[in-house]
Amino acid sequence: MSVNKILIKGGHVIDPSKGRNAKADLLVEGNEIAAIGDHLSVEGAEVIDAAGCTVTPGFVDLHVHLREPGFEYKEDIASGTRAAARGGFTSVVCMPNTSPVIDDETGVRFVLDRAARDGVVRVYPAGAVTKGQKGQEIAEMGLMARAGARMFSDDGLPVISARVMSTALTYSTMFGVPISTHEEDPSLAGDGAVNFGRISTLMGLPGMPEEAETIMIARDLELCRRVGGHLHIGHVSTARSIELIAAAKADGVSVTCEVTPHHLTLTEDLVKESGYDTNTKMKPPLRTEADRRALIVALRDGIIDVVATDHAPHSFDDKDKEYTFADNGITGLETAFALLHDRLVLPGDISLDRLIECLTTAPARIIGIDGGTLCEGAAADIAILNTDQEWAVNPGKFASKGRNTPLVGWSLTGKVDTVLVDGRIVLRGGELTC
Amino acid sequence: MTELQRKDILGLEDMSADEISLILDTAQSMREIIDRPIKQVPTLRGRSVLSLFYESSTRTKISFDLACRYLSAGSVGVAKAGSSLDKGESLRDTVRNVEVMGPELVIMRHPSGGAPHYLAKNVDSAVINAGDGFHEHPTQGLLDMLTVRQRKGTLEGLKVAIVGDIFHSRVARSDIWGFSHMGSEVVISAPSTLIPPGIEETGCRVEPDVEAAVRDADVVCVLRLQLERQQQSFFPSVREYHAMYGIDARRLALAKPDALLMHPGPMNRGVEITSEIADGPQSIILDQVPNGVAVRMALLYLLLGGGE
Repeated sequence: MSVNKILIKGGHVIDPSKGRNAKADLLVEGNEIAAIGDHLSVEGAEVIDAAGCTVTPGFVDLHVHLREPGFEYKEDIASGTRAAARGGFTSVVCMPNTSPVIDDETGVRFVLDRAARDGVVRVYPAGAVTKGQKGQEIAEMGLMARAGARMFSDDGLPVISARVMSTALTYSTMFGVPISTHEEDPSLAGDGAVNFGRISTLMGLPGMPEEAETIMIARDLELCRRVGGHLHIGHVSTARSIELIAAAKADGVSVTCEVTPHHLTLTEDLVKESGYDTNTKMKPPLRTEADRRALIVALRDGIIDVVATDHAPHSFDDKDKEYTFADNGITGLETAFALLHDRLVLPGDISLDRLIECLTTAPARIIGIDGGTLCEGAAADIAILNTDQEWAVNPGKFASKGRNTPLVGWSLTGKVDTVLVDGRIVLRGGELTC
Repeated sequence: MTELQRKDILGLEDMSADEISLILDTAQSMREIIDRPIKQVPTLRGRSVLSLFYESSTRTKISFDLACRYLSAGSVGVAKAGSSLDKGESLRDTVRNVEVMGPELVIMRHPSGGAPHYLAKNVDSAVINAGDGFHEHPTQGLLDMLTVRQRKGTLEGLKVAIVGDIFHSRVARSDIWGFSHMGSEVVISAPSTLIPPGIEETGCRVEPDVEAAVRDADVVCVLRLQLERQQQSFFPSVREYHAMYGIDARRLALAKPDALLMHPGPMNRGVEITSEIADGPQSIILDQVPNGVAVRMALLYLLLGGGE
């Protein structure tokens, strides 16, 4: 039986792993990238015309919530991985704050089994840092790592005890698996619903001050400096956070960090402009324009390593509430590229090259997977992007069960057209094929 | 301006001076009804009003109820609408049930900022915010302005000092927006832990020294100290609060000789305000109460189009 061949012709290839940024053809044979070069022509290959499009490695998202097990009414692995495919993501790290919490080998295996059965992109489970995410005893990191956990995180909650965090970082050095953090001092964040500042004052909503985030970042940087491990700071949202991380990086602390598309493009002003739209409620909260500008600069300069969506699907009812009662978070997988391309690349705040690097090679390196590259012999995880196509965000068309986005009706330029996972076309012309 | 061009009264932030003047003028004529021996007019006969109070209230609830009664509107309500909340009913379901019962106007008080805005977006009925979280309490702001205007003739150019827990006060926010829209100079004073960031944007100046804040004021508005806040350590003790920010005769004497003293109630006598001045000649605290009824009558009338 002959091997399935796909020839992606005439696209502009951006592969940050090889520093490639030029027009080229790409040949996929079976599940591998077989060749990359000019004017390839292969007998019997299915041809995808990528003229005018940008061809990149499939995106890698280090921070999504697939909600399975336990919250399948919000999302499950089938719907969440389809949302990923529609957004150009071929690999996702799913957070363990499910029910039950993924804090042991069985849980990790469950997610991997479900992903193999129902998923359309690669799923890398994150295991909890502490048992039950209770912040008291470290979870069985070794067994989870052996079962396939590529990250540890108590995401959704901070690890409140410095001693436990120190132990976790120390212990994690045996496995080389990063610990991703949710930096929030609960005594400062309290029951905050928005950023603490002018918007919390004007809207009469409880606020979370920026130092609820920065104090915990400073603490974890100090711990990591002492004990080692790989500290990956989740969803950084303030200018001061950047300063702290930049200083630690300059000192050689083994830290990486991520930023979400929404913190790069939206500010707390949207809470007011939208008239208490609960789709502006998330943790960390949307911050100020000064914070947003600092995040963009840090992403450009490499202080921030990656973009991660923190895709947080919720049901209609979980969001359709009084502002202070609504659940935190918004969906991100299906809008991330378009939003960032439209709001950051087109105005010239960041290059397309750098954006692609932050969505592919950089995150793949952090969790040590083979993705994020288009080199010959690599798995054929590929995204084909139409950077000229304008479209309007319509949550009714999302593959995600979550419709919770503040971007409803936004017109964005830049669309994910075609996606291959392991040599298989999962998205074609913007439509799922599976 | 003779009509309000809005469906709801959610706050004073976006209310123009013309709109405020119209409401105050209308309230002034309503006040005359309250002072009659027979206090009922048929203006809103056959109209229905529903009140949903998700937070306890004595004075505001009674004030709205009387406003309905004096205008002959039918009014029903729940004093502690937490009852359906306790049973786990969502606000949406409550709202949908309310809507099909057909009230033309809904009055809502709620502990969460923005809840009346949610209601207003989802029902055709007019909505009056009777206090949402620590966001706004527009009818209180309006009645405060009415009370001052009755005594001073105008609000323009007055120095209004607001003293107390600005941070957690919806009354403070509505007062600041309202008085500043009407051309008053608003100065606020409180312990630094009770001044929210960016409050200047609502149109006031922050003066940490309470005596400087009160000096030469035309109006001194004392806010209720929410004593349960002491447990959250915003201030160390009631005794220290009283010593540093309590308004007594000596501090009131720093204001203009004809300065007016207000308090939205209920008062903690001997804490934020002393009995001597609360019951003294400069106090207009008991004028505020019937004016509250008048302002609420005015809003019912203007929103329900009583002229039709």
